[in-house]
Amino acid sequence: MLCYQCGTCTASCPSGRLTAFRTRQIIRRAQLGLKDEILPSDDLWLCTTCYSCVERCPREVEITDILFILRNMAVKEGHMADQHKRIGENMMKYGSTVPVKEDVMKLRVKMGLPENPPTTVGNKKGMEDFRKVMEECGFDKLMKGGKK
Amino acid sequence: MSGRYAFFLGCVAPLRYPGIELATREIFKPLGVELVELEGAGCCPAPGVIRSFDQTTWLALAARNLALAEKKKTDIMTICNGCYGSMFEANHILQHHPEELKKVNEVLGKVGLKYEGTIKVRHFAEVLYKDIGMEKIKAQVKNPLSYNIGVHYGCHFVKPTRVKHLDDPERPRILDELVEATGAKSINYKDKLMCCGAGGGVRSRDNKTALKMTEEKLKNLKKVNAQMIVDVCPFCHLQYDAAQNDLPGYNIPVIHLSQLYGLAFGLPRDKLGLEAHVTKVVL
Repeated sequence: MLCYQCGTCTASCPSGRLTAFRTRQIIRRAQLGLKDEILPSDDLWLCTTCYSCVERCPREVEITDILFILRNMAVKEGHMADQHKRIGENMMKYGSTVPVKEDVMKLRVKMGLPENPPTTVGNKKGMEDFRKVMEECGFDKLMKGGKK
Repeated sequence: MSGRYAFFLGCVAPLRYPGIELATREIFKPLGVELVELEGAGCCPAPGVIRSFDQTTWLALAARNLALAEKKKTDIMTICNGCYGSMFEANHILQHHPEELKKVNEVLGKVGLKYEGTIKVRHFAEVLYKDIGMEKIKAQVKNPLSYNIGVHYGCHFVKPTRVKHLDDPERPRILDELVEATGAKSINYKDKLMCCGAGGGVRSRDNKTALKMTEEKLKNLKKVNAQMIVDVCPFCHLQYDAAQNDLPGYNIPVIHLSQLYGLAFGLPRDKLGLEAHVTKVVL
């Protein structure tokens, strides 16, 4: 990896500015192969993927892409917050990250929109296909505790 | 393919802020743009969460949406930075790595779809700016606005610039120009380009941290007396709108660019869905 630990990433990080999250530290640990320190850590999930660090990195390290890979590894090992598992459940049920809310559906009708949008929410075949793609990728099993 | 786009709704707009969906449908009519319905499209899928969980699933679900639009022979247009970020990057991977496209098509084959990699992913603000242009937009402004507006770019509209080449990441102008086309003024504020705090799964996993970032932004917006926040992302929109319910002392209306154009183009207020907003919009 091209990183020479200048710290521009940490200095640019909106999350690190308000928390103990240190981008440079995660990258250094990744360089050293310290999997056991990175993967169970809550810090790994404090990045908002804003790409500020990527834009400013003088070595053009794809920091956000590395974060995605590390998070994928963490999830595979079973490190996943319950709140995130719920998003996985919403995906399986609605094809959407957020669940359907009755008051919004009523507002849609009042505004002259169809109650259900034409997405997976209002399209049965679309929802079935969406779920099938997730199952083919092992996403349903992954949400049940890793090791897909 | 200009003038005709597959309209990708995403999740948060149709299921939380239907005004964003309806305003978008309405404002493109007088601009002569046809929005093609994308039946059965699913989550983009969300870059911060689904891509963080499993990139294989992320890429396959994004490809499914792209394949649905490709079948309609149109580019796909989003009204959300998150959807734009996910589908743009997924499309970039699929168009540059034939082996990834092949793998994804093996999965899509199970649901009778195939992606050839022929379409582009567009953001509605980029369509307004590049394909339609200021002159045509200004000609539709029937109700010129005079608000002082704090523009929020969000993260995935221009970044990462290594694939997007849309505007400068440190000093973009597109949204300021689009907002000022209505007669309103885009005011400068500290950390204007900073994240709202919601992305990357932070809002869902650690809302307190997300709120800390949002409060930073709100503090800076309040300091310059922003009369409203204008965004181009229903997720940033949700974050700013809902956060002000949790943070005392803030009451800045949050408006998606499509809703702002709705106001400026003279759409009836009931088409803007402002009652869905948690932070009351008094204009």
